[in-house]
Amino acid sequence: MLKVSGVHTFYGAIEALKGIDLEIGSGEIVSLIGANGAGKSTLLMTLCGSPRARQGRVIFEGEDITDLPTHEIVRRGIAQSPEGRRIFPRMSVLENLQMGSIVAKPGSFETELERVLTLFPRLKERIHQRAGTMSGGEQQMLAIGRALMSQPRLLLLDEPSLGLAPLIVKQIFQVIKAINEEQKMTVFMVEQNAFHALKLAHRGYVMVNGRITMTGSGAQLLADPEVRAAYLEGGH
Amino acid sequence: MTMPSHTASAAAPTNRAVDWPGTLRDAGLAAFVALLLTLPLVGLRTIDRPTGLGIEARPDEVIASIVLVFLGRLGLGLIRQNLALPVLVLALACAGVGLVLPMPTQVLRLVLVAGGGIIALRAAITLTTGRSKLSQAERDRRMDRVAVQVQHATKYIAPVAIIGAAILPLTPIADRQILDIGILLLTYIMLGWGLNIVVGLAGLLDLGYVAFYAVGAYSYALLAHYFGLSFWVCLPLAGMLAALSGVLLGFPVLRLRGDYFAIVTLGFGEIIRIILVNWYQFTGGPNGISGIPRPSFFGIADFTRTPTEGMAAFHELFGLEFSSLHRIVFMYYLILALALVVNLFTLRVRKLPLGRAWEALREDEIASASLGINRTNMKLAAFAIAAMFGGFAGSFFATRQGFISPESFTFIESAIILAIVVLGGMGSQIGVVVATLLVIGLPEAFRELADYRMLAFGMGMVVIMLWRPRGLLAHRDPTILLHGGRKPQSAGAAR
Repeated sequence: MLKVSGVHTFYGAIEALKGIDLEIGSGEIVSLIGANGAGKSTLLMTLCGSPRARQGRVIFEGEDITDLPTHEIVRRGIAQSPEGRRIFPRMSVLENLQMGSIVAKPGSFETELERVLTLFPRLKERIHQRAGTMSGGEQQMLAIGRALMSQPRLLLLDEPSLGLAPLIVKQIFQVIKAINEEQKMTVFMVEQNAFHALKLAHRGYVMVNGRITMTGSGAQLLADPEVRAAYLEGGH
Repeated sequence: MTMPSHTASAAAPTNRAVDWPGTLRDAGLAAFVALLLTLPLVGLRTIDRPTGLGIEARPDEVIASIVLVFLGRLGLGLIRQNLALPVLVLALACAGVGLVLPMPTQVLRLVLVAGGGIIALRAAITLTTGRSKLSQAERDRRMDRVAVQVQHATKYIAPVAIIGAAILPLTPIADRQILDIGILLLTYIMLGWGLNIVVGLAGLLDLGYVAFYAVGAYSYALLAHYFGLSFWVCLPLAGMLAALSGVLLGFPVLRLRGDYFAIVTLGFGEIIRIILVNWYQFTGGPNGISGIPRPSFFGIADFTRTPTEGMAAFHELFGLEFSSLHRIVFMYYLILALALVVNLFTLRVRKLPLGRAWEALREDEIASASLGINRTNMKLAAFAIAAMFGGFAGSFFATRQGFISPESFTFIESAIILAIVVLGGMGSQIGVVVATLLVIGLPEAFRELADYRMLAFGMGMVVIMLWRPRGLLAHRDPTILLHGGRKPQSAGAAR
């Protein structure tokens, strides 16, 4: 579905991604784990065209999207729940969701809304509340819900567990699993919470300093002594 | 305030905790600061003498202001020390004195009334809440509640205000002066609503809005001057030219953000003005353009006593007595209609994908892009539409004045329009009206204060920004409700 080959991304003179190769198959959950500053978020943002890859190609469903502007990429069926959630704080929850449906097929708003509110009953309770006044977990649900409103085929999640209580993290990951199983949604997730991310994922990648150093199925990576030493032990 | 300290102490003998030396020292300190400030600002005045510029001292004013500051500070200090009731009475009395008794100057009257009023208010708050001062958060919440109520009451206020504005020229109080002020206010309301699209909805800080106003005004003046086109032909043309200039400006600057964007728009405003000043052959340079034709009654009738060939006279057409006021009334309705068009557009567009995309851009640009909003196109649209409304207002300005020069389009105009939008609360339509009444209306109303009105204006701005940093009526209602009357539309058109 998505194929990334030899992608280099720079911030000015600093090379943040040093040749990334990665593949995501249709219907998969793929997790990318790595330490702070490894370039995980940069990769996710590069997929959306901002910042743009200086070298290499990003192919989505056979189409080269490397040089498309962000809004065009989104229209191809890739939705992102960005780092730091970035919901619209002064708008109501419903308005936020409505903003998510900008690129959706006309007339799909009601059904998509229904679906998202079933996934996140909390959002239904808060539907007219100003989004900025909600808790972090609710805001994260809103960010994911908003991304889902555009009826994407590929969902990109940037650290969905960041700063949330363990119980909420569990809920969020359950929903991600449900979206994947019920709607056959392909999910590409960047996480620091390696344990949850790998447990959920069909496949995983490990990123160190802008390079992919390891890949395998979720279970394989979870069992790998190096991964355990670097990302799991002592963490939980 | 005029509150001698012995009366205050006599009024509250039961309270022994009053720290008189401390309070007096505090008030004395405030008076000293007032002395330092008023001595150069109020105490000295330059006057024109035949021999050259001279300086005149004004000790009376200085003494009066120092005494007033001293008493005011004393009042505040006493409020804090459980003497709110007597202070309230005295402050009210002093406001009353200022209102009723003859005063040597208008300024003294204003200071007495306003100062007494504010102190009385503080005292009253203390009496009801038990504290002399509300915390910032509490004050915010209170003001927010008021703002919400006003916003909700807009449903009723707006039609009343519009009808009031519409029948004003028919009432007997409508003389030339009132109508002129009405036209001035409506012009600024229209400009405020226009700029609100860029600043309030799309969140782009535009410091050069007056450029589009100038483009509109000069478009009409030049088209009329060189081609003899009538106002009704030029109005849409001027709007289009202004929109075009908005797009031209928009292309290079829209990749800039925040401060950088503001600086470039500031520069653009100046560029337009400097071109107008220097392109002497075409624009008349600093001399401006005079003899700009007045608008006709929709191309049918003229407002002169003896109309030109092929035109009817307005008063004959409607069988009225000739009056030079007819044209003013017509102008008034014209600007009222134009302003309402801008308002209706904004109210409508907020519910459409275009307006929602603007609001999303204002809230978070990166998130907007990741939701598939084409940032460049949306910003260009906001710029072009706001510029078009600015152009309409400019044409109106040109035809009303009959004379324009680059001096009418300086940065201060942009600043005033922006101040109206920001003070009113960005994105709030009714806020623009309230702020216009304050910013344009008050200085007009206090014209008799002469030099002091700008001082009062500045103070008003500072107070509003201290109390309501987000603007007077910065409350935003959601544009859609679940299972509400309106079905949310799908947002396909925001592409």
